[in-house]
Amino acid sequence: MTAFPLKILTPDGVAYDGTVTAVSCRTIDGQIQLLANHIDYTTALGMGEAHITREDGTKRRAACMGGMVSMIDGECRLLATTFEWAEDIDKERAERSKARAEAILAQKTDAREMELAQARLKRALVRSSVAARKGL
Amino acid sequence: MAGSMKEIKLRIKSVQSTMQITKAMELVASSKLRRAKERVEHSRPYFETLYTTLFDIANADSEFSSPYLAKREGHRRLYIVIAGDRGLAGGYNANILKAVAADAGDSDYCVLPIGKKTVEHFERRGVPLLTTAFAEAGSLSVSDCFEISRLVCAKFLAGEFDEIRLAFTQFVSMLTQTPSVLSVLPFDAPRPKPGHEHKSLMLYEPSSEAVFDAIIPEYLAGVVYGALCESVASEQGARRTAMDAATKNAGEMIDHLNLYYNRARQAAITQEITEIVAGADAEA
Repeated sequence: MTAFPLKILTPDGVAYDGTVTAVSCRTIDGQIQLLANHIDYTTALGMGEAHITREDGTKRRAACMGGMVSMIDGECRLLATTFEWAEDIDKERAERSKARAEAILAQKTDAREMELAQARLKRALVRSSVAARKGL
Repeated sequence: MAGSMKEIKLRIKSVQSTMQITKAMELVASSKLRRAKERVEHSRPYFETLYTTLFDIANADSEFSSPYLAKREGHRRLYIVIAGDRGLAGGYNANILKAVAADAGDSDYCVLPIGKKTVEHFERRGVPLLTTAFAEAGSLSVSDCFEISRLVCAKFLAGEFDEIRLAFTQFVSMLTQTPSVLSVLPFDAPRPKPGHEHKSLMLYEPSSEAVFDAIIPEYLAGVVYGALCESVASEQGARRTAMDAATKNAGEMIDHLNLYYNRARQAAITQEITEIVAGADAEA
């Protein structure tokens, strides 16, 4: 497989900088996979699992939320609001956050708080599902 | 004379302890400054790429339109003002608050304050505050900035504000920090003239509008975060300079006081000798 350069940037710094043969992530339109020699392309990211395949065939999975992904002149840039490798995810924290969000949703408070809790629940679910899955 | 000697001694002691404090504050500020500068550098590539993407989209297609791009007639402004939580940072807080007042002129405006000093300042002046949930500048994280961005974008789209401006202090160097006011929404990008076809070959999915509108909140959060990092660095820089000057002043004061103390001591000794000699002369 042909490899292409990938940079994963977050507000906290660079999460990945190297060559890969494939990168897959969840966009606002659904899951996509980018391979080498892709047409110049830009889209916004949704919330979900992302994984990259390196040249030696090994894969790394991560929870990836918000931002954008672009392919310009064969160079891929993934800008994510949060990007956490599967092994770095704090499972317990995700579970706690899920429980807290569910508790707020059950109380049915005002609309704004419900919205926040829903977003938190979604993030927690993405994190725990990425962390829970072993292998690919 | 002995009395004044004691007074001077006390004064020296008090200046010395003040000097210790200013010295410690200077050291703390320089180490915090280093961390703040690192944070600015880490986040920069992310937001620069976001900005270029938005700029390219707005610039490439004349038919493209977005509520975030349209300039509005109204003049209801929202200022996001970033200042410090504490004083003793030279002119840092005063300068940024002055810059906001100069920029706003006589018009009415609303403020989203970041930093305790900002909250106090605008509360005292009776300016309406959007929310005080983000009052502590020191404890804000990236996710708080996204929260701010979501809130502001919603208010902007709902038409509650026509313009969003961001006031922060730019970190130019260790010695210079300049307050600046920046217009963040509507997004300011040069648009191609209608009819002038200059379409980019970039494929936007699902459409350039959808991508643009999805990225704007991220961009705003990014700008706020970047400005916050710069402001925090500026605050530490300003504090460091102020404390450095204070330490130097204290040193000078101690030198002067020591001189006075020695003079007083010498005068006391001379007087004592004169008294003894006068007493011996009287005996003789």
